Amino acid sequence: MEKRVVFQNRFLPYLLVAPQIAITLVFFFWPASQAVVQSVLREDAFGTTSYFVGLENFQLLFEDEYYANSFKVTALFSTLVAVLGLSISLLLAVTADRLIRGTMVYKTLLIWPYAVAPAVAGALWGFVFLPGPGVFAWLLGQMGVNWNFHLNGNQAMFVIVVAATWKQISYNFLFFLAGLQAIPKSLIEAAAIDGAGPFRRFWTIVFPLLSPTLFFLIVVNVVYAFFETFGVVHSLTRGGPAKSTEILVYKVWYDGFEAQDLGGSAAQSVILMAIVIGLTVVQFRYIERKVHY
Amino acid sequence: MKTERISARPAVSKLAMALLVGGALVAGSASSALAQAQNRIELQWWHAMTGALNERVNEIADGFNKGQDKYKVVAVNKGSYPETLTAAMAAYRAGKGPHIVQVFEVGTGTMMASRAAIKPVYELMAQNGFKFDPGSYISAVTGYYSTSDGKMLSYPFNSSTPVMYYNKDAFEKAGLDPNKPPRTWQEFEPVLRKLKASGSTCPFQSNWQTWIQLENFSTLHNVPFASKSNGFDGFDTELMFNSPLHVRHISNLAGWMKEGLMVYGGRKNEPNAKFVSGECAIHMESSAGYATFARGAKFKWGIAMLPYYSDVQGAPQNSIIGGASLWVLAKHKAEEYKGVAQFFDYLSSTENQVWWHKVTGYLPITSMAYETTKAQGFYAANPGTDTSVQQMAIKPPTANSKGLRLGNFVQIRDVMDEEMEAVWSGKKSPKEALDTAVERGNRLLRQFERDAKRS
Repeated sequence: MEKRVVFQNRFLPYLLVAPQIAITLVFFFWPASQAVVQSVLREDAFGTTSYFVGLENFQLLFEDEYYANSFKVTALFSTLVAVLGLSISLLLAVTADRLIRGTMVYKTLLIWPYAVAPAVAGALWGFVFLPGPGVFAWLLGQMGVNWNFHLNGNQAMFVIVVAATWKQISYNFLFFLAGLQAIPKSLIEAAAIDGAGPFRRFWTIVFPLLSPTLFFLIVVNVVYAFFETFGVVHSLTRGGPAKSTEILVYKVWYDGFEAQDLGGSAAQSVILMAIVIGLTVVQFRYIERKVHY
Repeated sequence: MKTERISARPAVSKLAMALLVGGALVAGSASSALAQAQNRIELQWWHAMTGALNERVNEIADGFNKGQDKYKVVAVNKGSYPETLTAAMAAYRAGKGPHIVQVFEVGTGTMMASRAAIKPVYELMAQNGFKFDPGSYISAVTGYYSTSDGKMLSYPFNSSTPVMYYNKDAFEKAGLDPNKPPRTWQEFEPVLRKLKASGSTCPFQSNWQTWIQLENFSTLHNVPFASKSNGFDGFDTELMFNSPLHVRHISNLAGWMKEGLMVYGGRKNEPNAKFVSGECAIHMESSAGYATFARGAKFKWGIAMLPYYSDVQGAPQNSIIGGASLWVLAKHKAEEYKGVAQFFDYLSSTENQVWWHKVTGYLPITSMAYETTKAQGFYAANPGTDTSVQQMAIKPPTANSKGLRLGNFVQIRDVMDEEMEAVWSGKKSPKEALDTAVERGNRLLRQFERDAKRS
């Protein structure tokens, strides 16, 4: 028997969602609308004069080859971070799931990096990779690699990918582990009795059953790589050398705060907003359908 | 268990009491300080000086506050130069702008373009009855922050010019005369080779490559860095630092780097550490680096003027300044402006100028301050400290060497850095990189010109 609770008062539901809506309006819609307004204006840095310029800010952006470059950099960076982060943490979770002793210690240690702020993570990896005295840089030097990520774009990309991935592994690991533990043991045992080896069991049973978790994590990781890696980039490479690590959010910040080009920066925010909306629609409309819940 | 818990309670309450009392004491002292300050007019001074310089800035504010009882200058550090500027802009938009803000020299064009937001210093001084004789200032310093007809727009606070520091011990080890640093770039290369042969892993490095190796390089050789007197005569200026002379210089540097005669250590002042540690023998850095080296270097070192190509006619011309100036923001009360004017007058006093010049290595801005420092025997006792002033005043500035006045200069510097790094990493030829930098920089200048024309 189903029992439905219905609010008798017509206004009560609105009242109950009102705080949520107010917060959304003040903290999300209002700033977003400000960005849209700003993106069609050009202003001097102090805001004493302001002119409507239509789509000039957007036009300037698309004429700027470094904006296209920033897209490429972001695509490469987020793909690497998501793929590496997800596969490493899946491997760690699968192995942790099979552990019998010391699980707690192992799990706790793996969660630590998540508590480190992005800027601090950046600084830590900065020391490790510091050309000259850095541990990793020294090791590479011993192997004859000419290591200087302040001058070499590929090396700089490598460094920010490592730092950003390292920070996200804990989070992915937690969700994968929870997902793995939710898979009924009986299914795996039945497969084992039928003669399926560990790899076969993983690919035919565990992995498909894990796909909702995987889908969720893909969304979270892409969003992370797009928007939350600013601290890592800022503290490690500042977008350099020669813009080879200038991801989209970094460019928004640089153009707005360093270059005082508010119109251009706002136009980029608007484009970013469109990208996020697009990504979300694609992910939930098309990919989610292929995922078993 | 039980007894423990009971005994713990009084301890907790004692702690709470102590906190309460302490809080009350702090609040009490704060309110009395507040009462004292209430009849004073507060003047906000936002600056970007950190470390030892931050302390000096506080000393200046303290000195001014103790000398009179009408105004109180509150010096607040707002982070780096760009952060300070951004903070001031945001505060101004919110109607809470500081009275005085320290802006780095590359922000000069941006400040000038925001005409409605600033109060020019010459106007401020005149309106408040302070005699302000432009002739008593060192024009190579003040010219950077003045209009073409000599009206000072912002107050030059910390100005420096690049000089060459060299490790005398390393020179001796290489069999070079420690009192004869290379004077020209032609003499430079053999010196670097000797240093390398003596085992130096870093014969030469430079801080601030754009400022020293391109901007000051241009003025020292009396060649334009940009058209229209480096931007002084109009926003329709175009960059010109891709001349054969510039290409020649950058090619030389790139060649030296390849051979290990020069080491690249970063865009800003990161390379300082390698000079202080004794690893690098020759180091180009602002004259304000003096304090750092005087404290940190455990070897004999000297200061010399920047080298030049002796086959270029007119070289050496003067070098130009870097650093920052103090801008006064608009929309404050007349009586507050009176205080700001009085504060600038205080800053300009010979006594303060001499002190500031001696403790920081920044340039004095009045000729009187220079003469006084000289008469006190400071330069004789600290050889090399007057190199900066001499290099700036070597010849009267020309249209090519008055200074630089470019819009979007922060980004243009970044563009120059990026393209130069492309040369150092072997990705681009010097000519290709400088051409690209000029082309990209010109686009930024055009954007600035469009914006400036609208307002």
